[in-house]
Amino acid sequence: MTLLTVENLTVRRGECPVVDGVSFRVEPGECVGLIGPNGAGKTTLMRAALGLLPHEGQSDLARLSARDRAARAAWLPQQREIAWPVEVETLVALGRLPHLPRGTALRAEDRFHVEAALTRMGLGAFRHRAATELSGGEQARVLIARALAQDTALLLADEPIAGLDPAAQIATLQTFRALAEEGRGVLTSLHDLSLAARFCTRLILLDQGRKVADGAPAEVLTEDRLAQVFHLRAKVHRTEHGPLFQPLDVLP
Amino acid sequence: MSARAAPRALAAAPRSGAALAAGLGALVLTLFAASLVVGHAAIAPGAALAGLMGKGDPLYQMVMQDIRLPRALLAAMVGASLGLSGAAMQGYLRNPLAEPGLIGVSGAAALGAVIALQTGLAAAFALALPLMALVFACGAVGLILVLAGPRGASLTLILAGIAVSALAGALTSLLLNLSPNPYAASEIVFWMMGSVADRSMAHVALALPVMALGWALLATLGRGLSALTLGEDAAQAMGVSLGGLRLRLLVGTAAAVGAATAVAGAVGFVGLVVPHLLRRACGARPDRLLWASALGGAAMVLAADLAVRLILPERDLKLGVVMAIIGAPLFLHLIYKTRREIL
Repeated sequence: MTLLTVENLTVRRGECPVVDGVSFRVEPGECVGLIGPNGAGKTTLMRAALGLLPHEGQSDLARLSARDRAARAAWLPQQREIAWPVEVETLVALGRLPHLPRGTALRAEDRFHVEAALTRMGLGAFRHRAATELSGGEQARVLIARALAQDTALLLADEPIAGLDPAAQIATLQTFRALAEEGRGVLTSLHDLSLAARFCTRLILLDQGRKVADGAPAEVLTEDRLAQVFHLRAKVHRTEHGPLFQPLDVLP
Repeated sequence: MSARAAPRALAAAPRSGAALAAGLGALVLTLFAASLVVGHAAIAPGAALAGLMGKGDPLYQMVMQDIRLPRALLAAMVGASLGLSGAAMQGYLRNPLAEPGLIGVSGAAALGAVIALQTGLAAAFALALPLMALVFACGAVGLILVLAGPRGASLTLILAGIAVSALAGALTSLLLNLSPNPYAASEIVFWMMGSVADRSMAHVALALPVMALGWALLATLGRGLSALTLGEDAAQAMGVSLGGLRLRLLVGTAAAVGAATAVAGAVGFVGLVVPHLLRRACGARPDRLLWASALGGAAMVLAADLAVRLILPERDLKLGVVMAIIGAPLFLHLIYKTRREIL
């Protein structure tokens, strides 16, 4: 079953289209990287696909009721917001809200998913700490655990590795890749092209709101495209760990 | 909340809310009982209970049923309304400095009451004052909804609230300014200081249904406010309808705080300070803080109203004044702690 079908999606800010006629699908087992320069429309595309923004065109997630959508897709916004000093465990358990019938406490299956998410993100030792007292990287892990506890077939993440140290970046993307290998789907926007090429099964390249390429990382990331879309002169080193990008200069 | 002083302090927060609920509930009941027993006329607890039940000395019956019971009930109801709306407002705006007065409901209710006093309506018909206050509170919320729009952000809501508050405050000052009669002016000033003294069961009957509507609406917010801990976008993606949440918050606050202001005048600081005091005991969970602040608010206003009767009983000290005197230092403490957190 296809996890996300987006057809001819357009989002306008005033008259100007920020996302312009984008179509794609996410299948189970895929970890799709959404790449493109700042302002290419990555965040807008994901928010519109979730139905959080008014849009033209179709997205099957946006057509669902808020509740059904939350049972099918988890959303990790770029803004890592934790408003109150709640315990890590409590924060992760918020991911179970969409599944909980109104006015009930956490059930056994909810506790199971919370535990699984805490274990997966290595947060067992932090469970009774206030989430706001943790470092930025730890908070990012807590928020990913919250999304995992939602236990959805699809995860949408907006620049999940921005501001993380290299080890945390790799660990995060390894988690996403493992989710895909379990048969879930992941759609994540990324700025680090080397990591995108290494961990994503597929890349979608956006430029000025349009989809300009969609395919295997090696096909999408060519030196020509980097020049065209990112205005970047870069060297692509083909290594045994996948392509490595070395940005050299900004093109006029 | 002070991260440095007590890094593991939250771990000490009760795992379940049951202990907290029992503690706060017992506190409210104790203060409520004390409020029935303490008063101008010295009535022994046994005689007080009998009077309350409509037995014994008719004078005691009258004092208990017509003076002390409505006073204690109103103090508890007003406190619960202010505490609950304060917790809801802070949860929605994700800001510990928010309070129910922020959206202009109490200011508008006070304006309505002042108009009733000034025009003589209040003297002509006993419930004209609270009714006018309620009508103005509802008007303020309507105006805010129009100003902030159906999908407006929380910042627009705050700005609209500040505008409405400022307008209501200005018009209240204008009325005082133009007041031809110094007695009317001093009556208005005393009313605005807030009090639950000398109220009748008719006030309880008028306020209770409106407050109950407000409580019922605000009580449904727990889930949405919890989700909002993660920000508006994440909450929406978890199935929370922000528009519906905001509408219930505004109407609920207007009903609860509007009715509270209508019967007790302006009682400040409860909605600001109570959620702050109880946040740690609730493990900072916005859903738990809702009912805890309702109980805590009831306890605080009951306690302040007892203080009014015990300190200077012959001078008719006003509840709102005592509340502000207790509340302001607590507020300063909050600012001090927030400052330490930012550093």
